[in-house]
Formats: sequence, structure tokens, C-alpha cells
Amino acid sequence: MIIYGTAILAACHLLGVYIGDVLGSLIGVKANVGGVGIAMMLLIAARVFLHKRGLMPETTELGVGFWAALYIPVVVAMASQQNVVAALKGGPVALLAALGAVTLCAAVIAFINRLGPKSQDSSWQIGTVADET
Amino acid sequence: MEMIEHALRENSLVMAFAFVGIIMWLSVHLSRYLTFGRVHGSAIAIVIGLILAYWGGMETGGSKGLADLKIFSGIGLMGGAMMRDFAIVATAFEVHVDEAKKAGLIGVLSLFLGTVIPFVVGASVAWSMGYTDAVSMTTIGAGAVTYIVGPVTGAAIGAGSDLMALSIATGLIKAIMVMVFTPALARFMKLDSPRSAMVFGGLAGTVSGVSAGLAATDRRLVPYGALVATFHTGLGCLMGPSVLFLATKALVG
Repeated sequence: MIIYGTAILAACHLLGVYIGDVLGSLIGVKANVGGVGIAMMLLIAARVFLHKRGLMPETTELGVGFWAALYIPVVVAMASQQNVVAALKGGPVALLAALGAVTLCAAVIAFINRLGPKSQDSSWQIGTVADET
Repeated sequence: MEMIEHALRENSLVMAFAFVGIIMWLSVHLSRYLTFGRVHGSAIAIVIGLILAYWGGMETGGSKGLADLKIFSGIGLMGGAMMRDFAIVATAFEVHVDEAKKAGLIGVLSLFLGTVIPFVVGASVAWSMGYTDAVSMTTIGAGAVTYIVGPVTGAAIGAGSDLMALSIATGLIKAIMVMVFTPALARFMKLDSPRSAMVFGGLAGTVSGVSAGLAATDRRLVPYGALVATFHTGLGCLMGPSVLFLATKALVG
């Protein structure tokens, strides 16, 4: 059933965010520490675990895949509720600080990515998940 | 007319699905016929979203862009943190574990650089513009990390509300810049593999910027970048009020 997939996704999400909150309070930060990232790892682990045991039929995967496919529309909705007015009102300090940070980071990203091993392996481009063992 | 408005208001989330669907349709066609596929449809959609957010903000004076308009309140739910994170987690389903593992270490390194570099740039700009005390420099520098790290750090070290606003504005501009410029700079940054996406996720920071920027570049790279970027805010909130503040204080007294 499709809902199984969505339920697994939801469970991983909630557990991840909870762990992130606990982690945050453990190290004394007033923020969630990597909750979503932890949730992603949980989901990856759940997928591998269930898939090996043949407990991941295609319909279950659809329950996750649908939400993954909705990702871009959700991001568009996110963009349309940004506080653009406040951002533009920030003045030269905010603009320069942001521009400087973005420029320098882009340069460092370019640098690191040129250093790295040349990736000939393009298997990540095709297929989703399921064909991994 | 009133009946239509009523129907839209009562079903705001459904309305948001339809509305975003129209934006996507429009963007894909603009991409195909106006730019001949050179600019990704998602990139156009995101820019349209930002323009609408500006218009909504001017119209209502609120802080949530288009979502402050009554009939568009569903946009607030659809694009809010809950749905955004839910969709991001869902993309993890497509992660190829080996690829992610291979780039784990460089991802962590990028995460540290992505916190320190923006902070130093932000604090230096603040200093050169006359904000020479440690609290101001730290708050603005933290804002350049992400717009959440900024106010969290500011609150922890006792910054004033105008400083916080400036810090949030810095983070917002950064997020918007990352959203808009990533597809244009993708080739320069060699953004073409899971590893490069993880480096990008660590260095570019801000989940909203990274998620939108990668979505507009190559949808398949999203989970790799997001996996790293979601640790960005936590790390920033950890380092901002502690190590980075103390370092700044030691430097400027």
C-alpha cells in the first residue's frame, strides 16, 4: 500500500527531527542540529534494510517517490514566501556581506571540485534506488 | 466573485497546488520557447516565486511574501518548513549510498569552511562599514552564514533588534543569491556529480538556498547537497556564539 511508504517517510522524518533536537540540547544550542540530515540517513537505512528483505514493493516506494517528486513545486512555494522586501531593505552592509560570502564560497567550491578525482562513474544518473544491492 | 474567493480561501492548500502547478507550467514553456531550454524551468519558476514574494510583501507589509495574502495562505503551508523538510527527506530515497559515503569527509570539511568563510567575510564587511565592536561583527557575520544562525547568535550574545534585522537581511540576501545564481554558476563550480553537490551543500549553506539552487540546476543532485546542508544551521548555531564570537572578541577587543 502506498501509505506504507509515506508512513515510513514520516516516521523517519519525525525521528530524525527529534534526534536533531536532542542533539541540539545536549551540546547546548538553541537549534535543531542536522535533524533533516539524520532523517535522510534513517530513510536510506530503512530503504536498504527493507529492500534486502524484499519488503519494499513498488507501491510502497511510490508512497515516498510522490513526495520526492513534489520537491520542486514545494521549493517554488517556498520561494514565493521569502521575505524579499526585508532582504532588499537590508542596505549596503547586508548586500556586501552576502555578496562577498557567496562569491568567495563559489570560488572555494570551484576550487575543491577541480581538485577532486575525475568522476567517470555516472551510475548515479540513472535509475533511482531500487537497483542497488 | 465572492463565492469563488470563498471557495479558494476554504481550500487554501488545494489552491496552492493549482497555483504552483500553473507557475511550473508557465515556467517550463518560458524555458522552452524563450530561452530554448538554456535556463532550467525550475530556475524560472523560483525567480517567479521570488518576484511574487516581493509583490506580496509590498502589498501586505507582512514578512511571509505571497503567503500573507489571504487567498494564498495555502502557499505558506505548502512551502513552509514542514513540507519542505518532508520533501527533502523523501529525496533521500534516491541517494546512491556509495557515492554519498565516498564524499563524506570532503562534505564535512566543506561544512566547516561554509561556516567560517561567510562569517569572516560578513564580519569584515561589518567592520569596514563602521560596526567595529565584537557583538555587531559577530551578529552580522553569523547572518552571512544563514538567516537562522544570525538571530540565534545575536540573541545569545545580546545584540540589539536593529542589528538582528540587519543580520537576518544578510542571510536572506545570501539565500536568494544562492537560489538565483547557482544554475548560472553551475558550470564554473563544476556542479555535476554527487561529490560536487555535497561540497556545494556544505559551502553554500542555507537549506533554502541550496535546495532551490540545486533544484534549478539538476534535480538528481538535490539529495546529496541537502544531506550536508541540513547540518549547516546546527553547526553555525554551535560555532557562532562560542568559538567565532570569542575569536572575534580576541581580535577586536
